[in-house]
Formats: sequence, structure tokens, C-alpha cells
Amino acid sequence: MDYFAQQLINGLVLGSIYGLIAIGYTMVYGIVGMINFAHGDVFMIGGFIALITFLILISLGLTAIPVILLVVLLVSMAITALYGWTIERIAYRPLRHSFRLAPMLSAIGMSFVLTNYSQVTQGARVKPIPPFITGGYTLHESPDGFVIQLSNIQIMVVVTTIVLLAIFTWLVSRTRLGRDMRACEQDQTMAALLGVNVDRTISMTFVIGAALAAVAGLMYLLYYGLVDFFMGFVAGIKAFTAAVLGGIGSLPGAMLGGLAIGLIETFWSAYFSVEYKDVAAFSILIVVLIFMPTGLLGRPEVEKV
Amino acid sequence: MTAPSTNTAKPATGIPALLKTAFTNALVALVLFSLMVGIRTEAGSSGQLTYWTRFGELASLVGVVFGGSIVIELFRQWIGPSGAERLVPPAVHSGMAFVGRFLAPALLIFALLVPVIFYDQRYILDLGILVLTYVMLGWGLNVVVGLAGLLDLGYVAFYAVGAYSYGLIATNFGWSFWVCLPLAGILAACWGVLLGFPVLRLRGDYLAIVTLAFGEIIRLVIINWQELTGGPNGVPGIPRPTLFGIPLDNSDDGLAAKLGIEYSSTHRIVFLFYLILALALLTNWVTIRLRRLPIGRAWEALREDEVACRALGINTTTTKLTAFATGAMFGGFAGAFFATRQGFISPESFTFQESALVLAIVVLGGMGSQLGVALAALTMIGGFELFRGLETYRMLVFGMAMVLIMIWRPRGLIGHRAPTVYLTKAQAISSDLVKEGHG
Repeated sequence: MDYFAQQLINGLVLGSIYGLIAIGYTMVYGIVGMINFAHGDVFMIGGFIALITFLILISLGLTAIPVILLVVLLVSMAITALYGWTIERIAYRPLRHSFRLAPMLSAIGMSFVLTNYSQVTQGARVKPIPPFITGGYTLHESPDGFVIQLSNIQIMVVVTTIVLLAIFTWLVSRTRLGRDMRACEQDQTMAALLGVNVDRTISMTFVIGAALAAVAGLMYLLYYGLVDFFMGFVAGIKAFTAAVLGGIGSLPGAMLGGLAIGLIETFWSAYFSVEYKDVAAFSILIVVLIFMPTGLLGRPEVEKV
Repeated sequence: MTAPSTNTAKPATGIPALLKTAFTNALVALVLFSLMVGIRTEAGSSGQLTYWTRFGELASLVGVVFGGSIVIELFRQWIGPSGAERLVPPAVHSGMAFVGRFLAPALLIFALLVPVIFYDQRYILDLGILVLTYVMLGWGLNVVVGLAGLLDLGYVAFYAVGAYSYGLIATNFGWSFWVCLPLAGILAACWGVLLGFPVLRLRGDYLAIVTLAFGEIIRLVIINWQELTGGPNGVPGIPRPTLFGIPLDNSDDGLAAKLGIEYSSTHRIVFLFYLILALALLTNWVTIRLRRLPIGRAWEALREDEVACRALGINTTTTKLTAFATGAMFGGFAGAFFATRQGFISPESFTFQESALVLAIVVLGGMGSQLGVALAALTMIGGFELFRGLETYRMLVFGMAMVLIMIWRPRGLIGHRAPTVYLTKAQAISSDLVKEGHG
């Protein structure tokens, strides 16, 4: 039981990270109707930028951890958001009305560019950082000595995710930008006729998605203590699985799907086999798409001529 | 219908606007590259991260972006807003068509003569085999992507199934290559059906992700199922092919001894070259013939409009499934050839990059054009060989090329997508037949 509870905590933390990435997939799919294949790599870039900012701040002699974290968060969000904006501008916008496979292929190309860009600029080796946030709480200690740990970093990941989600939900449901986004999602031409700047709204979608991916990258860096240039690929597919599982286009769905994938992966590793945990995640993607193509919270898609 | 606001930005006019654009781009580039290029991190020997600055590289990159955007803007103004369409005069078009008619036979004759011309140059022969392997893979995937319009991101899975089928059967049971070759194709086709049956109802991009997941699952299973596949260590000692039972080696009953000529290791390379050429031509021939059958026409119809297909009573599931299985079968053949050529296979040869490379060949070649795929394979693999020294940069260049080609020519270099069936004679229909109101 204690082991189960510990895995539950681990799974929820992992799921929060996946959920943050999944929001980027689901938003872009909702508005532009394409799978932003490069989004996993944007997450990786976010992790790298966080790492580099950390290094600079520490070597500048800063010691106040909250200040460092805040600066790193803001810097990596800002720069990664610019990456998202640039990618949309270069690789997707010219193809918005092209035939349907073109943006997808362009996105795959972009994913290669980002992966190899960071390999070329930062080297192929894994970059570890020393544990930055230490300590935690012992929730429960059973008689046979098994301890349920809740570390501070786990708390931080979950709290950050919740806060960001709250901000984000407010943004989509209450602001002008959110209304524009929802309008573009339903009918771009009509939205444009009614004075919505479609280009700007789509750009903002990519910017927000990339900023959330940067947060996920930072959380990943803090939680696992390392980044490498290839981590975006698998994380990207899993986050996409999460978005599909939750119902693509649905924001709460993406978070829910992320948590579900995180829990499934953790429990699979804990109770069955670590080697096949990715196989489990990918199999879920296939099974969900076959039996539940609309996901948990998605709307059925009506095909019109 | 195009939404009014989604046109690409108007080209800047005048020098100040030009400079402003270039300056903005350079500023964006500066922020983008500031940390990733300007700072280099590396884990030291004790695991401690160190960093050093590379402001020189950063400055030159930003400078390149600044200069590049000026050049691109000028170029855009020069060719005008309507894009590249007007650049090609009709004379060039007819000239291209003329060349196109003779290019395919010329290429074929050249391919047949390669082992004769370059007999002494082992490197060129090996490169030729590699190119032909990708030509074959490209033609196989072309059935799925180019003809049926199904985006398959996991094609390498079938390649792997074919390679491991031959490798495992040959090393465990000692069956000959010629028995295993059809078997590898059939097994790959079975996997194609097995995967295709449930997932082919999905929409285009969902299908792409599922095939990608499937390709990764196959690779992960190969890595982890160590008792069967040897895991990351691969399958060593796969037998070389024989000429219908006659081995191509230095033994007494080898081909060289039987013909009474001196043995040379080049014989086997030449044999492999003609083998893959024959396999590739078989793929091409089958594809061309299939296109003329009702099933091939159904594939092309499916690519154009799935809803219309269903309205016409075409069973879309079966049609997609046959395309998937046919493509998978050719992938399996190519895999078996790969295994016998290498003599050793490991999961490293079957990564997603491989799938993307084959897909890029098909897309670059123009989705459905057989000649285009062959030329694209030649360009891609040849280009990769040229940049062999720049190992880390070549995938970067590959990705950029993929994006640029998509922007520049989304339908590929030689893509025209002409339907194979069309009315040869335009029939004039008298106006009183089509007049309204006559029931």
C-alpha cells in the first residue's frame, strides 16, 4: 500500500510535466488542425535554456534560490516562446493552406532541425546539474521501514502546474485573446471577417504553448537533474498521447490525459517492467485512437465535404 | 477559399523598410541564439558542469541572418509577389518534358552499366547498392504515401521485420536467402495488415502518429526481447546470398571455381548490386502495373477524396489495407536484402530517422512519381555521402531542407500528380443536351 502511494505521487509529478507539454499540442491542434511535431523539441530547448541560465546565475554569485528560480523561469519562458513564434512563422505559416500533409512534414523537418541544432551547439553528452532543491517530507513510515517521501521538488512541480493552469484557464476563458483563440478554433474565415487578427492569434497560441513547454522543460531539469538533446522525441510522443487520450482540442483533457499517462507509465514501471514502459505508453496511444478517437473529453469530429 | 488575413507578409519596399525587416530578424536571431550558441556547456570529468562563451560565433550567426534577410527580401522583390510559378517559361517546360521522357531509360541503362564502368571502385559500387536500397524503399513507401495518400511514419518497422525475419530464420534454421526473401515479404505484409486493420479508419495525421508509435514499439521490442533478437547486440553472422545455391566465395564449389575464373571479392558486390537493382525494378514494375488495375485507381481516388470514394461504393478499409500491405511487403524485401548485404543487423539501423529519410525521399520526389523518387533517393543519399565528414551537421541540413522544400514546393520537385486515367478526347457536348429545364 505504501509502495502504491509512493508510486502515485511519482506518477502525478511525471503526469504534470506531460500535461504541460500536452497543452501545447492540444491548443495548436485545436486552432490550426495540425500535429506540431516539433513541440517535444521545443520542450527540450526550454530545458536547455533553463540549464544555461542556471549556470550563468550561479556563476554570477546569486544564492537566493527563489530569485534564481524566478529568473530562470522567466528567461526560459521568454526565449522558448520566441522559438515557438519563430517556428510557426518560418515553417508553418506559409503552409497553412497547403495540402494536408505539408505542415506535418514541415514539422518533422523542424523537429530534426531543433534536435540537431542543440546537438551541434551544446554537444551530444547528457548535461547533469547538481540537486538544486533538496529536502522533503516523510508522509508515512510503515513498520517494515518503507517510507513515503514527498520531496520539495515534487511539491514545486505540482504547485507550479496548478498555478499555471489556473492562469491559463483564466486567459482562455476570460480575456480578449482567449476569445479570439476560441473564435479561430471554430471558424477562421468568419473570425477574420469579424475583425479577429487570425495570424496574431495563431502566433500567440504557439507562443503560449512554447512557454508552457519551457516550464515543463525547467521542471524536468529540476526533477530529473539532467537534459540531453534527444529527450524531446519520446517526451513529445508521450505528451501527444496524453493530448489524444484527453481528447485533442480540450484543455482540461490535456491535463487529465497527462496525469493518466504519467500514472500509467509509473505504475507500469513499478509493477511490470521498466524496459517496456515506452511500449506501454505507445500501445495506449494506439488503443485509444482505435476505440476512443475522441478521447476522454473531446468532441466528435464531423467530416464535412 | 483563402482567409483574407493569412497571406504571407507583403515584401518590404524601399531601403528603410528593408533594413528594418533585416534588423528585426537579426534581433530575433540574437535572442534565439544568445544562450544556445553564445554559451557552450559541457559536463566536466567530475560531473560538474562548466561553460564558456562563444560570442564570436553568435555575432557571425546574427550577421548571417541580417545579410540573409536582406538578400531574401531583395530576391522576393525581384521575382515579384506571385511566387516561382511565372519563372518557368513554357519552352523550359516542354524541354523538361522531353528530358523526362528519356531520363528514365537513360538512368536505367546507366544503372545496369554501373558495375561494368566502376568495376574497380568498390566505394562507388557500395554507394550504388545503398542508393538502390533507398530507391526500393522509396518506391515501396510510394505505394502507401504517394498513391494511397496515407502518411506512414513507421515504414522502417516493416524494413526491420523483413531484416529480422531473414536474419533469424537464416541463422536459426539455415534456410537459404531465396526461400526467406518471399517469406520476409509475406511476414512484413502480415504485420502491415495486422497494424492496418484497426488503425486505417483514422484520419491522416492520427494515422501518421499511430504508425510512428508502431515503428517505435517494434524497435523497442527488438531491443528488449534479448532471447530472440539479441537485443542491442543485434544478429551477427547472417549468411551471404547465393546464386540459387551456388555460393559466391572462395571455396571449391563457389561460383568462381565452377566458372573456372579467378576469385575476387568484387563478384559478390556486383551480384548484390544486380540483386537490389532487380528487386527495385520489380517494385517499380508491380507498382506501375497495379496503378492500372482497379485497385490502383481506387488508391489514387482515395488519395484525392475519401468521402467521394465512399460515396462511389469503394470499400475504403480494404483499399487502404491493400496499399499498406503492398508497401509493407516491399519494405520486407528490402529488409531481407539489407540483412544479407550487411551480414549483421541491430536495432540501431531501424530508428525513426530512417523512416523520415525514406518519407523525405518520397515527398521530395513528388509523391507518386516513380522517376522522382529514384532521383530524390540519388540526391539524398549522394548528398549524405558528400557531407559524410560533417556528421553532426548533416541531419541539421536534412531537416532544414525538408522544411524549405515543403515551403517552396509542397508537392515535391517532380510532383504533378497527374491521374493515370483521363479522357483522351475532349467531347463536345451539344448545348441542347445540357440546357436546363428539359427533365
